[in-house]
Amino acid sequence: MHELAVCQSLLLEVGRAAAANGSREVTRVVVAVGALSGVEGSLLGRAFEVARCGTVAEHAALEIEAVPVRVRCKICAIETETPVNALLCGGCGTWQVEIASGEELMLKRVELVVDAP
Amino acid sequence: MCDQCGCTATPEVVRITNHQGPFSARPVDVRSIQVLTGILSANDRMAEHNRAHLGRRGILAVNIMSSPGSGKTSLLEQTIDAVAGRLRIAVIEGDLETENDAERIRAKGVPAVQITTGQTCHLDAAMVHDALHALDLDAIDVLLIENVGNLVCPASFDLGQHANVALLSVTEGDDKPAKYPTLFRAADLVMLTKIDLLDVLDDFSPIKAEAHVRALANPAEILRTSARRPETLAPWVAWLDQRLAECRAAV
Repeated sequence: MHELAVCQSLLLEVGRAAAANGSREVTRVVVAVGALSGVEGSLLGRAFEVARCGTVAEHAALEIEAVPVRVRCKICAIETETPVNALLCGGCGTWQVEIASGEELMLKRVELVVDAP
Repeated sequence: MCDQCGCTATPEVVRITNHQGPFSARPVDVRSIQVLTGILSANDRMAEHNRAHLGRRGILAVNIMSSPGSGKTSLLEQTIDAVAGRLRIAVIEGDLETENDAERIRAKGVPAVQITTGQTCHLDAAMVHDALHALDLDAIDVLLIENVGNLVCPASFDLGQHANVALLSVTEGDDKPAKYPTLFRAADLVMLTKIDLLDVLDDFSPIKAEAHVRALANPAEILRTSARRPETLAPWVAWLDQRLAECRAAV
């Protein structure tokens, strides 16, 4: 259960984004979590409810975009979606593939309250 | 929703209380900002710092990961014996509690720093950074980092190592790589340990274990070793020599 540590890092980055935009209140946090990232989205959501207390994101909603694993074949060049433990080309079945997506662990977007101009 | 401040007061409450809202004196906007930053970027920056620190001195750092009891500390003890007088080893030990593993390493005459993580299930780059300050880096060729015994959490945290090694003992299932794909996918070398027990544990198939690693699109070499048979460690020591030579060439 390392999701709490991941969440604390997430809130550090959210705090940076808020400060950079002169905001003291974040209302929404959007993250991308790849199936191969090693982080479980549902656990991250629960950890966020605890970790956000006392931060600029205290009342923020967390939106998690689950990113499936996609591999690009080095032999037949096609891209297919795969399970996390069978990273094989959907066309020819080889393991000679590159990961096209699914390893992400990214803060994509924050929605924040700023003083109106 | 109240049209003064966007709070959840109903129109009825707003009318009765002549509610003006906490933000009514301060007109605000809600803005959506694209960030696109790695969630673990603070750890990643510290890891890069560690890697640069070690790299400048040509020190090879290896992160050793496995489940508890698969033989990480025994491997370290035998490795120290195998390279004695030739390579200067230092060890960072990660455990939730106790100095036991570091004491086993120190008994071999090798510097060891024990990190006790308490309730934390993995090492991170900041913990390793602190441990580096307790070591004399001018007296080290190879730094072996024994991560917390755990096949889940350590995989997500870069420590500043140059290579990851995953251990899988034959007393575990040969399908462990399929069950814990993130960690085994990150391995640059996989070591099947306690291989001397294969004679009595014939339900573990090294061929199946290798197939599960390949199914993670991982080309890592797979070694068969036993800490009780030091001769089986020769390919591992050769791998360390090769990686150390690469590290030194990059200085």
